[in-house]
Amino acid sequence: MKIKRSMVLVSSDPHSLDKGAEAVYQRFSEELKAFDLSDEISLSKISDMERSDVAPFVIVYPEATVYGPVTPDDVHFLVEEHLFKGRIATRLQAPTKELTGKIAWLSARSGTLPAEQRIVLERAGVIDPDSIEDYIVHDGYQALGKVLTGMSPTDVIELLKQSGLKGRGGAGFPTGSKWQFVAGTKSEKKYVICNADESEPGTFKDRLILEGDPHSIIEAMTIAAYAVGADEGYLYIRGEYALAQARLLKAILQAKQMGFLGENIFNSGFNFELHVHGGAGAYVCGEETALIESIEGKRGEPRPRPPYPTTNGLWDKPTLVNNVETLANVPPIIRNGAAWFKSFGTPTSPGTKVYTIMGNVNLTGLIEVPMGITLREVITIYARGMKDGKQLKLAQTGGSSGSIIPARLQDTPMDYDSYAKAGVSMGSGALLICNEDTCVVDLAKVLLNFFRFESCGKCNPCRIGNQRAFQILTNISEGLGSMNDIDALQDISKWLFEMSNCGLGQTAGSPIKDILNHFREEVEAHIQQKECPAGVCAMSGKSTQTV
Amino acid sequence: MNAIKSLDDLQKIRDAALAKRKLGETSGSKQVIVGMGTCGIAAGARETMKSVLDFIEANNLENVVVTQTGCIGLCEQEPIMQVVMPGQEKVTYGKVDAEVAKKIMKEHVTDGKVVQGNVITI
Ligand SMILES: Cc1cc2nc3c(=O)[nH]c(=O)nc-3n(C[C@H](O)[C@H](O)[C@H](O)COP(=O)(O)O)c2cc1C
Ligand code: SF4
Repeated sequence: MKIKRSMVLVSSDPHSLDKGAEAVYQRFSEELKAFDLSDEISLSKISDMERSDVAPFVIVYPEATVYGPVTPDDVHFLVEEHLFKGRIATRLQAPTKELTGKIAWLSARSGTLPAEQRIVLERAGVIDPDSIEDYIVHDGYQALGKVLTGMSPTDVIELLKQSGLKGRGGAGFPTGSKWQFVAGTKSEKKYVICNADESEPGTFKDRLILEGDPHSIIEAMTIAAYAVGADEGYLYIRGEYALAQARLLKAILQAKQMGFLGENIFNSGFNFELHVHGGAGAYVCGEETALIESIEGKRGEPRPRPPYPTTNGLWDKPTLVNNVETLANVPPIIRNGAAWFKSFGTPTSPGTKVYTIMGNVNLTGLIEVPMGITLREVITIYARGMKDGKQLKLAQTGGSSGSIIPARLQDTPMDYDSYAKAGVSMGSGALLICNEDTCVVDLAKVLLNFFRFESCGKCNPCRIGNQRAFQILTNISEGLGSMNDIDALQDISKWLFEMSNCGLGQTAGSPIKDILNHFREEVEAHIQQKECPAGVCAMSGKSTQTV
Repeated sequence: MNAIKSLDDLQKIRDAALAKRKLGETSGSKQVIVGMGTCGIAAGARETMKSVLDFIEANNLENVVVTQTGCIGLCEQEPIMQVVMPGQEKVTYGKVDAEVAKKIMKEHVTDGKVVQGNVITI
């Protein structure tokens, strides 16, 4: 599979053609050849984009830079600057303009998806996951060899810190710093844990990495153990992931046979033993302290924090917990360096992110794209637009750490900082795309129903608050709401956030907060006009018994 | 297998595996790859795989290497099957049920003609 690193789109609507777009396209084709870039960069035409003010225009992905108006004589400069040297040619950039709701349609998209940059999924779907040989041929265990034969633990941690890698498990905590905390805690015994519980509804990126490329996680965990000073590790994997589990066990056996696990790895004196521990289906066990309790054989209830696992984790020893996708980034960073990693994504959120796309779009599935891509681009390019030409209403990012993102934020770059600034959260990587037929009350009801079931019940605000909020939302959806309910919902959402013991309860109120922030009128219509504008809620006027 | 103790050892294993692969390519073997992630299997990849293997056995095909791989992220198109003919680019097929697999084995792998209807561009 040939992966193109960039995509150039030249406008080809009648207005652009009138103004010489075809000549611009031809020149691009020639210049790309002249710079020997034709193999790396795809060139296609685009129509239906309402930027006639700058026609003919050119868009370069993955940066999504718009240039215009462009003349054939500008093309040499653009190719040299942007595509060859990698600098945005600001002189020719089009003035920014709010994109209209109309979706750009990409005609004649050649080859592969260019902005899809595979770092963590590089081998998934390419190699035979049961073959350690295949993994080795594709650069496998090179990073581990490099680390154990020539880098000190401090070197490894420094490199990770420089790379700017942040945790992909939801919270976005800087990985290098977390490793340093564990490395800096003195203890005879330490552990590393890979969090592969992945129970967020609709997320299956970790499963894909584990099923398609199990050795990459074994390699990364071994490197992590060396860096933080651990000699034992646990891979905590969601119980339903039977295939991934089988492949991991097989891969661990192979790695042991070849000496990548066990004693004196790469003759360095470093030992590492790795266990696989299956979960039993509780969502809360993805929370790192509940996960640790579960490995210890106790009920999966989160511990109060602090102390954090970095000092008091598994069996009270310093413990590193990282998500699968986070770990999958480690070997490539070690092989290629921090500067390479930072060449993807945005300055403050480097690298890529894996998303599962679901909902009312033409193509669902899984993508890995640079940080900083926008929701509009994800929907337009990868999901091939909204299904049946309907309009985007909102997107929900995965799980307890996610947000409801209204359509008006679809041009916000998806990276940790931009999202934090906009008051929304990236979540774990599930993107549920919803069209205008979605009712926000119904959506919040579904989410709260999930949380009330998955609450472990250890603390009151979460155990009672989720149940109560769900009941109120149910009443509103039956036409039985009153305006006081809105205040009650707001209070519950605040209490959940302020008083819950763990992340589940702390974020369970965010769907409520989000719908009242962005779609208050729609909620009020349910209460005041007794109607559901999207026509989803039953509005029966009857109270439904809820358990 | 001896344990790997240095980067040199690792390089040797890698070279040996690469050489084996080269040999496979120059001896003109054809490669059939079936996506066997959970999504693939749920969509019927086991049937697809079985159909491929049955075809090879029934027709005594030689020089065909059948392997599996994980999901490539196009779960809607599963089961996915890829064919690499010697010296040619990989062709990816989507929605390959047992029947389609048989057709691909006959027309593409045996007769060298790509089955257009199920080709997907990735
Ligand atoms: C209710 C709840 C569920 C969670 N589920 C997961 C999960 O399935 N996988 C995961 O990696 N992190 C999950 N987390 C986050 C973990 O607690 C932890 O932050 C993460 O594993 C740290 O890894 P990272 O730094 O690599 O992102 C969950 C958190 C909460 C509060
Ligand atoms: S917030 Fe909810 S899930 Fe977390 S400890 Fe409290 S009751 Fe359990």
